[in-house]
Amino acid sequence: IFFYNCTISTARCCVKLSVHPSRGLMDEKFTVLVQNVLPGFQLTVYAFYKCEGGYSWEAFAHYTASATGAVNVSEDPSRGGTYSGVEPMGLMWSLRPVPGSKSGLRMRKMNVQTPMEVTISVYQGHLTEGFVDQVPLAAVVVERWYMAPGVRRIPITEGGLTATLFLPSGPGPFPGLLDLWGGGGKLVEYRAALLASHGIAAMALDYLTPQITKETGKMVDYEYFEAAYRVLEQHPQILGSRIAMLGLSFGTSVTLRMAVYSQVIKLRCAVCISGSHVQPIDGSHLFVFSLLSFFSNADKTRFNEEQHVIWRDLLMPIPTDASLKVDVGRLRCPLLLVVGEDDQNWPSYESAMDMKEMMQRAGNEHLLTVLSYPNAGHLIEPPFTPSARAIMVLWGGEPVAHSVAQEDSWRKTLVFLRVNLYGGSQPGAAASSHL
Amino acid sequence: MLRHARGSLWSVYFKTRVPDHRTGLRRWSSMHRAVPPVISVTPSRALVDETFRVAVQNLPPGSPVTLHSLHRSEDEDLWEAFGHYVSDSRGTVSVADDFSFGGTYTGKEAMGLLWSMSPVPGSREGLRLRKKNVCIPQLVNISVYGGHVEEGFGERLPLASTLTERWHLGPGVRRIEISERGVRGTLFIPPGPGPFPGMLDMWGGGGGLLEYRSALLASHGYASLALEYFTAGELKSADKEFSYFETAFNIVREHPQVIPDRVGLFGLSLGSLMASYLAAESSVIEPRCCVCVSGGHLYPRGANLQQLFRAYSSHSHKLRVDEHNREIWRSINLPIPEDLSQKLDVGKINCPMLLVNGIDDQNWPTVECAEDMAHMMRAAGKEHLLTRIEYPDAGHLIEPPYSPHSRATKFIKDGVTVILLWGGQTKPHADAQEDSWRNILAFLQKHLYCTQNPKAKM
Repeated sequence: IFFYNCTISTARCCVKLSVHPSRGLMDEKFTVLVQNVLPGFQLTVYAFYKCEGGYSWEAFAHYTASATGAVNVSEDPSRGGTYSGVEPMGLMWSLRPVPGSKSGLRMRKMNVQTPMEVTISVYQGHLTEGFVDQVPLAAVVVERWYMAPGVRRIPITEGGLTATLFLPSGPGPFPGLLDLWGGGGKLVEYRAALLASHGIAAMALDYLTPQITKETGKMVDYEYFEAAYRVLEQHPQILGSRIAMLGLSFGTSVTLRMAVYSQVIKLRCAVCISGSHVQPIDGSHLFVFSLLSFFSNADKTRFNEEQHVIWRDLLMPIPTDASLKVDVGRLRCPLLLVVGEDDQNWPSYESAMDMKEMMQRAGNEHLLTVLSYPNAGHLIEPPFTPSARAIMVLWGGEPVAHSVAQEDSWRKTLVFLRVNLYGGSQPGAAASSHL
Repeated sequence: MLRHARGSLWSVYFKTRVPDHRTGLRRWSSMHRAVPPVISVTPSRALVDETFRVAVQNLPPGSPVTLHSLHRSEDEDLWEAFGHYVSDSRGTVSVADDFSFGGTYTGKEAMGLLWSMSPVPGSREGLRLRKKNVCIPQLVNISVYGGHVEEGFGERLPLASTLTERWHLGPGVRRIEISERGVRGTLFIPPGPGPFPGMLDMWGGGGGLLEYRSALLASHGYASLALEYFTAGELKSADKEFSYFETAFNIVREHPQVIPDRVGLFGLSLGSLMASYLAAESSVIEPRCCVCVSGGHLYPRGANLQQLFRAYSSHSHKLRVDEHNREIWRSINLPIPEDLSQKLDVGKINCPMLLVNGIDDQNWPTVECAEDMAHMMRAAGKEHLLTRIEYPDAGHLIEPPYSPHSRATKFIKDGVTVILLWGGQTKPHADAQEDSWRNILAFLQKHLYCTQNPKAKM
């Protein structure tokens, strides 16, 4: 027993585990390196994260050490676990609630001023469970940040807004962006914080559950988004002529509506993720209220075997009636559409194809770029976080393909924004050629 | 967990510098395009011994610019460095790939904006940059200015600016204040279950408790105790007996997360002498290996610290000063005595030793000592244990990489503040810091991490 303990402690002391960078942005890749084990040694690399809600998440993968006694997660194939094959960031995107957790969990960081702290460890052998009962050979802590150093977080309440503005580091002035999430509401800051870390003054806007709606019971209208736009336009450190809008899901509906019909909002470019242009266009500014009513038409919802609600069919087939679609033929700025072909929530792909056709007929198709991802689902988020699967609404998507879509679309979204917001002297530059 | 000031960082650096924004904007627009360039530092958060890539994009092609770094120290002094660049045909500058044509450094120097820093004009004399609170990072502002600017950065608005964090403490490293068995210090334990190799870390004649090197060593996997063995500035009162150091070593060795037979010694200057003494003379502890930076072996046998200082003081008539009245201690103990009773019996050392010295050391004759130590160890058949690395034009204060070089700094001697000449020229000294750290980590990895036991099979 003494010899066994000696060998184990010698083995444990020998194993060198490093993750580089140990403090990175959420959209940066890291390299996990295990060294000083015997050639052919079987080990499990394990990631553990306790989210803000107090729930535990884990990911793991099985590796076999090379002839030089090392494992490099970025280059070596995983033989099994929560991901397989060569997946440099698999330990992040394949995180899932630990066995026994309550169902329907989604990982969203609400406090962006602190990092996500992930513990990465290495265990002897190919384990699939019971990690908590074993002592790992080594462990390190990795910090993942939404805010780069120097990015400033500014709560915005003027004009009745519920918003947070993130300013990049430096004197500026910077291009601006209005960041809209979807039907879940709340003020979700992490994507805006990340965009500011890439040089864009981004404002996360709560438009479904803002303070003003909680107090008056009324949904917001055009004026709310125009007020948010004006805050950006008039800010001394923001370039008023270079403001973009980015929306996901329901936020796409808003973005397209504002981009085409607002007299105040003049966008340099727009990004729409997993959404549709289908909505009642009746000249009313109370469009958020009418949109919600439109989508609550529960007759057309489907349920799949696991009792998940599928809303896809609500908007299908895509109507030919012009009063039911945003007239994208009138768009004057570049538009990037990001869609998952397995989106079970919205008919994003079909909408994108219809928009393309409308723009072809109108002669402004050169403004459009469509990024369409097979087997990706609805919630296309910034990369390297788990995509939510089994929640009440079936989001769709197969995990590997979905994480690929997140990584690829985020990179291309940043390029699109960089080209349109930082480059050129007039809007409408050929953005697609850079993608 | 660790927290640090954020949010108003911009104002800390620029509150006295930002003119009216609209004026600034108008002045810009007339000289430059409306859209500013984008400056990036990758990684934006790193350990102090990690490299970064500084790049500027969206500049007009072929435009002269100045890359500038600014740091406000814990003592509220401003340190800066700068390099002159010309953007390429795509309007890009990459510090790691392009040449600096002037400034505080020239040539292709990825980290020049850090290691060539010096106090801004008008600063107090004799400053040395040392991190006291390792729980928060060093914040460095990296900016790009239009044109080749030599001075007056404070009165100009940069084209773009970004902040980077430089940490001594890696994520998950635990910091434990030690005050037991009469020993004072701070122990840093790497993250993970361990057990880990250990280290006793000793600084030099300035005294006090400096944690930054131990924090960095723990970030590389060593449980390291930064030891305080006399109060800052009170060298003369240092009266610890050697049992103090042996107890400190044992505190590390006996920690439940430390591998008892893998504890090493790390010392600089006087700390290096302590390390060598322990390695040679202690019958109580057995260091696994020893790193001695800018140290020596001149030590009257049987003396304690007090007697050591008296012995040094007796040579103080040999003290020289240069034309700026900076004290040069180098020659106080030259020539190296032949008398063995004045030197540590280094022939008794039984562990691998790494000696790192600067050939331009003006504070201590470290190279002469190293030569003599090698001679003595050879005579005792121990030369195979010794590795010597000596750097031309490097001075006495060989610190972790990318820290600024100070050729002379303030030092409190007998309650009086004097300026000591440490030596070294900035660029070669910076190279020595970078190269020696790499060698030190490899040496520690070899002797403290690699298994010597072929029976360790799974």
